[in-house]
Amino acid sequence: MSDVVLETRGLVKHFKTRAGAVRAVDGVDLQLRRGETLGVVGESGCGKSTLAKLLVGLEKPSGGEIRVRGDNMARLRGSSLRRARRNIQMVMQDPYTSLNPRMTVGDIIGEPYDIHPDAVPQHGKQRAVQELLDLVGLNPDHINRYPHQFSGGQRQRIGIARALALRPEIIVCDEPVSALDVSIQAQVINLLEGLQRRLGLSYVFIAHDLSVVRHISDRVAVMYLGKIVEYGNQVAIYDQPTHPYTQALLSAVPVPDPRLRGRRDHIMLSGDVPSPADPPSGCRFRTRCWKAQPGCAEHEPLLQIRERSPHPSACHFAEIRDVMRRF
Amino acid sequence: MSDLNAVTTAEAPATDAGKPRGLAGDAWLDLRSRKVFWIAAALVVVVLLMAAWPSLFTSADPGDCLLARKNAGASGGAIFGYDFQGCDVYAKTVYGARDSVVVAIAATLIAGVIGLFVGLAAGYAGGWIDALLSRFIDVMLGVPFLLGAIVLAKRLSSDPESNGVVAVILTLGVLGWTAAARVMRSAVISAKNQDYVAAARMLGAGPGRLMFRHILPNSISPFIVVLTILLGVNIAGEATLSYLGVGLKGDAVSWGLAIAETGPYARTAAAPLVWPSVFLAATVLAFIMLGDAVRDAFDPKLR
Repeated sequence: MSDVVLETRGLVKHFKTRAGAVRAVDGVDLQLRRGETLGVVGESGCGKSTLAKLLVGLEKPSGGEIRVRGDNMARLRGSSLRRARRNIQMVMQDPYTSLNPRMTVGDIIGEPYDIHPDAVPQHGKQRAVQELLDLVGLNPDHINRYPHQFSGGQRQRIGIARALALRPEIIVCDEPVSALDVSIQAQVINLLEGLQRRLGLSYVFIAHDLSVVRHISDRVAVMYLGKIVEYGNQVAIYDQPTHPYTQALLSAVPVPDPRLRGRRDHIMLSGDVPSPADPPSGCRFRTRCWKAQPGCAEHEPLLQIRERSPHPSACHFAEIRDVMRRF
Repeated sequence: MSDLNAVTTAEAPATDAGKPRGLAGDAWLDLRSRKVFWIAAALVVVVLLMAAWPSLFTSADPGDCLLARKNAGASGGAIFGYDFQGCDVYAKTVYGARDSVVVAIAATLIAGVIGLFVGLAAGYAGGWIDALLSRFIDVMLGVPFLLGAIVLAKRLSSDPESNGVVAVILTLGVLGWTAAARVMRSAVISAKNQDYVAAARMLGAGPGRLMFRHILPNSISPFIVVLTILLGVNIAGEATLSYLGVGLKGDAVSWGLAIAETGPYARTAAAPLVWPSVFLAATVLAFIMLGDAVRDAFDPKLR
């Protein structure tokens, strides 16, 4: 398949600590196609942000491979690695800490060009930066302002402009709107969607907000304790979830209509997420799962299409249960 | 649109679109509106002028002492009177600024260079380099300052011909860098873990760019404040060492020496003790206020 721009195979990241290895990401296979958005959801500590850092090269994988347009990043060296890195950029979570407060907006957005001088467009860095500001909906005349002179939503636009400077094909968005007001979230999401259409970008969109992910994603991967437990297109995950964890997550999405409140399928999970330094044997979700059988502790369920799950699901007892159904 | 442009130009009057106003320019704009800065700067300028050209302030010679004038009151040019040896207190105080300021600045520079290097290295490298350097700082802090300074200054100023300036500079510099290094180290560690550093690293920035473009500008201001305070501390330190007899000596004239010499006679004539002390305190205060104002100006988060 030639239109796969990003692919991971058996991606693993273990952090060594005194208590043993923390398995933040433990065997993740993903595929991202051109112009597509892949949503990654899961609760705090499931390895979403580590996955994002691995994808953009901020962390080195302990195992597995990351392929950008077929090239294995781990095999690339020197200038070819730099070129491949340019192709995959990131929008960070917190717009208040991801911009250097001592640099002007022009310097921040122009920094990619300082680091990669061969990427500067012919009409010069200054013009390029102003075009980027215009592209993300900011006033190009504000090039000499400092980040503290902007609001949260505007700062996130600056972060997006920086990510776009090197004309990447892939952008990893690590919780890009979770630090923003709800009203601003919609603006930034719409900006990201517009940019995707205009520039043909592919997104890996990491979030814990399920409704935001539903809005923007073509495909969704649900993560739990460093592994993907369910993977499918938007309809499959939201309307026909088969993994108990996905069902529990979806049942926790707030209902906007107060008259329907409390009448929906509610699944309460007991206990906390187990420590990733010492994950449960077999199925990692079994300690909190109402379907767990003794066999779940011995046989690890693989992420695959099952008898009652038309899309890949990592549960021995995968079965469709529409928790989002309206009564 | 035109409104927005108007706001931009009003805020940045001195810049074209092509020349972003730098951090220093911004800080200067901010400093100009602070009273404390002007008071402190005026005091510092006066002291520096005194140190560079004492003859601008007095025509008297501090070495021109007549026992006949012992502890005499103010008269003519000697507005502070005369000390127990009959020397002009005003002239001695003015001339004393030079050695005090030279010693303080040179010692602070030495401490600053060592502190900056050690702090940056420990904070940026982390791991065993950090552990080693941090324990070394702990060892240095374990040395009682006065004991260390007396031993070191005595050792360094064994030459009876010298006036002790170099010995005092080295002593204060070598013993004074620890606080600055610690502050630098912790500031570097907190700056290094910021998201914008990760963002630059992701873009492929090398260690030099990370260090000097991102980490250093965001961690230098507490270090500058510590150094400015250290200037004051070193002026006081020189006075202490001189008072104890291991500092400046011979033909040197300094506030510390003057305080040491006139201390025993303070009950019969207070002025020869009070005036150098006032100059000393005012100078220390001026440097500390200046450091504070500069810190505030360089911190965009406080604006």
